[in-house]
Amino acid sequence: MNTIKHDVVVIGGGPAGLAAAIAARKNGCKDVLLVERDKRLGGILNQCIHDGFGLHKFNEALTGPEYVQRFIDEFNSLGIDSMLSTIVLSVDGKRNLYVSSRKSLTRIEAGAVILSMGCRERTAGAISLPGTRPAGIYTAGAAQNFINLQNIMVGKKVVILGSGDIGMIMARRMTLEGAKVEAVFEILPYPSGLARNIQQCLHDYDIPLYLSTSVIEIHGKERVTGVTVAGIDKNFKPISGTERYVPCDTILLSVGLIPENELTRGAGIAIESRTSGAGVDDAFMTGVPGIFSCGNVLHVHDLVDHVSDEASLVGEYAVRYLDGEIKTPESYIRIEPRQGVRYVLPQKVSGMRDFTLSLRVTTPSRDRAVWVKDGDRKVARKKLIRLHPAEMIRINIKKEKLQGAKMLEVSVE
Amino acid sequence: MSKKEMTCIVCPNGCQLEASFENSGPGLQVTEITGHLCEKGPVWAEQELTHPVRTVISSVQVDGGDLPLVSVRTDAPVPRNMIFDVMKAIKAAKTTAPVAIGQVLIRQPAGTGCNIIATKNISTRIS
Repeated sequence: MNTIKHDVVVIGGGPAGLAAAIAARKNGCKDVLLVERDKRLGGILNQCIHDGFGLHKFNEALTGPEYVQRFIDEFNSLGIDSMLSTIVLSVDGKRNLYVSSRKSLTRIEAGAVILSMGCRERTAGAISLPGTRPAGIYTAGAAQNFINLQNIMVGKKVVILGSGDIGMIMARRMTLEGAKVEAVFEILPYPSGLARNIQQCLHDYDIPLYLSTSVIEIHGKERVTGVTVAGIDKNFKPISGTERYVPCDTILLSVGLIPENELTRGAGIAIESRTSGAGVDDAFMTGVPGIFSCGNVLHVHDLVDHVSDEASLVGEYAVRYLDGEIKTPESYIRIEPRQGVRYVLPQKVSGMRDFTLSLRVTTPSRDRAVWVKDGDRKVARKKLIRLHPAEMIRINIKKEKLQGAKMLEVSVE
Repeated sequence: MSKKEMTCIVCPNGCQLEASFENSGPGLQVTEITGHLCEKGPVWAEQELTHPVRTVISSVQVDGGDLPLVSVRTDAPVPRNMIFDVMKAIKAAKTTAPVAIGQVLIRQPAGTGCNIIATKNISTRIS
């Protein structure tokens, strides 16, 4: 086995990995390597051909491929090294990576590692869908890959389970490609995707969205023939008497995303149950010194613009770690989610630098404020007109506000 | 006077707008729009009430490329009621690799005045 050395090694060539590698290079590291399992850079944005990306970052509504091409162009113009069609088999706690390409197996000794592997979709198995297992059941992203990258149409009469953004975007896409999308069913009493997608992907094409409704049985032997749906009560039990049969040949699932953290676990890094990603500090460093995490492998984002911003910071922090400027502090200030808050990130901070607190709320509400407190002392407060679990909230916090702080508690009040 | 609730689609905020308008005499006159967080909201709402437009996104078949499809979009929004006419033109089209981002693949489909442009680079397949 061949052994090579690199200062910063980035795992994954999607929007997070690209931005991290670019930032590492621009912050003075001349020896950055990016490892990508696909044969082209860009990650999931290659198949996200709809528009709406880059509104925050570029003030333009770009499609996914256009957005990511800007980063690929910058990556290439900086002359950053990459290994494509190469999969990372494992990472250890001493920052050794074992990578496999078609030709060889290589060990890479990394000065710093940036984990940016992204996330994957929750499947039928993961949500215990009742009924048979015929052909015709896809995650929305798998259908998106077939239709947008491989030119394979997946069905004619479609039911979508879950109101995630990808599901709604695929409802529109399949309608434009000539399929009939019967309906979108969401088990929760509120949609999980963005309001604009309900308008432009569903209402525009008269596709109904049924809330507090779910598929309670799948029918069909060889191929899906239909589903039974029913109203769902607040204990997530089907309401008897509300069952109805919807004929269809295809079911798309848009029921959530899970950070892809097998490599992270393998490196002995603790995973936070609230985010399903690594626990990190305010430099996005995991529990293993020199291993950083960013993008959807750290926590699932709703906007790629935020992924890019987060990853750019992480690229910079990885270089500052190599320069000896970033170390594990003697003690951390913990940040805890309280009333109305599903998760916070980072979970702990050094108090030595400004940081952006990312968080999600548990339920939709209006005209509330997110409070960050140290005991009874106000550290930060952000007033919001509309709060929704689908929309990540970000609060900038200055290090001066953290002096003497023991623990920060974040709540919706 | 009529009122209509609308979801702004300009950005991910998805503001819930309420538009008040008169719809008598010389066409629709918007009198008030509320609920927007930015100035793009009222502009969009007025457009949506008078003549709604959308950017059409799809893909066009490519011969000899490293992918069988190139993703495309209209270079300007088209009237909403013409989306399926534009789709017909997109489905009938075919191009050859290489393709560069921004390249015009179909000129003025369905007489819309917009062009269909590539949104992805496609290289020639090396066999």
